[in-house]
Amino acid sequence: MSETGILGSLVAIFAAIGKPVVGGFASVGRVTLFALQTIQRALTPPWYPLRLLEQLFQIGWNSLPVVALTAVFTGAALAQQIYTGGSRFNAQSTVPAIVVIAMVRELGPVLVGLMVAGRVSSAMAAEIGTMRVTEQIDAMVTLRTDPYRYLIAPRLFASVIALPILVCIANVIGIFGGYLLSIHKLGFNPSSYLEMTNSILEGDDIMMSLVKAAVFGFFIALSGCYAGLQTKGGAAGVGRATTNAVVGAFVLILLSNLVITLTAFG
Amino acid sequence: MSDHPKIELQGVSKSFGSNHVLRDVSFSVEPGESMTIIGGSGCGKSVMLKCILGLMDVDAGKIFVDGEEITGMKAADHDRVRAKFGMLFQGGALFDSLPIWRNITFALTQGRHKRSSDMRATALENLERVGLGKEVLDLRPSELSGGMQKRVALARAIAPRPEIIFFDEPTTGLDPIRTDVINKLIVELVKDLGITALTITHDMGSVEKISDRVAMLFEGRIIWSGPVSELRHSGDVHVDQFVQGRAEGPIS
Ligand SMILES: Nc1ncnc2c1ncn2[C@@H]1O[C@H](COP(=O)(O)OP(=O)(O)OP(=O)(O)O)[C@@H](O)[C@H]1O
Ligand SMILES: [Mg+2]
Repeated sequence: MSETGILGSLVAIFAAIGKPVVGGFASVGRVTLFALQTIQRALTPPWYPLRLLEQLFQIGWNSLPVVALTAVFTGAALAQQIYTGGSRFNAQSTVPAIVVIAMVRELGPVLVGLMVAGRVSSAMAAEIGTMRVTEQIDAMVTLRTDPYRYLIAPRLFASVIALPILVCIANVIGIFGGYLLSIHKLGFNPSSYLEMTNSILEGDDIMMSLVKAAVFGFFIALSGCYAGLQTKGGAAGVGRATTNAVVGAFVLILLSNLVITLTAFG
Repeated sequence: MSDHPKIELQGVSKSFGSNHVLRDVSFSVEPGESMTIIGGSGCGKSVMLKCILGLMDVDAGKIFVDGEEITGMKAADHDRVRAKFGMLFQGGALFDSLPIWRNITFALTQGRHKRSSDMRATALENLERVGLGKEVLDLRPSELSGGMQKRVALARAIAPRPEIIFFDEPTTGLDPIRTDVINKLIVELVKDLGITALTITHDMGSVEKISDRVAMLFEGRIIWSGPVSELRHSGDVHVDQFVQGRAEGPIS
């Protein structure tokens, strides 16, 4: 009797774990399918260059202030932390080297990815979600314009193009933030700091930064557009879609960041 | 002239979970005919239109357009068939990011920005048909009243001169005079341009003005259909109750 009780609770535990896992796999499958479908359609005409420019402006240009702020503050804080940590074993001089490596390989892409995801995935989900619940997407289909090509593809391409550019800018600003703090507060010599920064940076670092940026850009738009298209049920549904888009983009960015980092050093 | 009906539904069913909206809908619309569907709120009229347009997949049954089966059709073919349709959505469904004139000409430009002056002229011509003027051309949908939005949506549906137009409650929310303008427009489109019209409306006045035939949808089936002249003596208690607008009767 107690055995069936134990068995029963075991089954219940497995069910409790299994359900979200299976659900998770199912949604990974659906998102992958969505991504493939979008890419396939995006590669065949009609194309909408004006929509692409519009999105580049939205995603790229309008994200500049928040990206610049994040980068400069993080770069400065980073320099201070490395200095304090490094001084415990007389390694204060590594500040420029570690700032540049950390910024370019990790913090630049990840911070920009997360900031832009917060701004852009949510906006995409809200806009497309509203269009879904007000039947604008249905109307578009009956007017024989493919929403995948008209709405989704420009967002996806714009995001993949804009992110590497934003990350480059963030890297430069972040390194500059570290430089400013190091010069003015930590007493580094400006020219030797810059020389050190220059000599340590390699093409591989920049490559990794750009690859990460492009991948994050893809996930930001993918998450936003997917959540938007899946929206059901009025204003509350749009709210849920927005949340899902941002959470989804964050998870995808952090996960793929680890995968890329491990692959590069694996 | 082909001998096929313009639109034909055979045993179409559609459910959302346990909500069986359409159970076994069969009817057809002949070329150049104006057919009106009546039925209680939430009985599945809008869903039926969306099934015909391929915006929703049916669970069972077949739908034919010009004798061609569209259920289970490939996306590319479906797009070709959709060129025959215009649709006025119940909620308007105007693109709120685009000005009115781009909304109206969307089907013609397929969302691309070309031939601006021609397109504005086309937009204006269609706006005038629904009783609006050039002052709204450059406004956004959110700057219009509900009734004006409805009429812009109507202008957008008729702009590409489709062969078949679906009107989902074209006169709801309009004043009596505008209602008459829209009723006349529908009649004109059918009589003069030979368009096939499928209209959903709750307004019995409109039904009698615009329809050749009427069908009533109830509990997921077409329970009655016939010429509009027989609507008032259909001999069906459900239709009688609906047409006379009584709260008491078999429909609760
Ligand atoms: N996308 C959807 N998902 C789930 N249920 C839906 C969906 N669309 C419609 N329904 C359900 O289908 C039923 C019929 O809806 P429909 O919009 O066709 O009604 P209607 O006959 O057009 O009513 P009204 O005259 O009020 O416009 C309703 O019960 C509605 O809840
Ligand atoms: Mg309806």
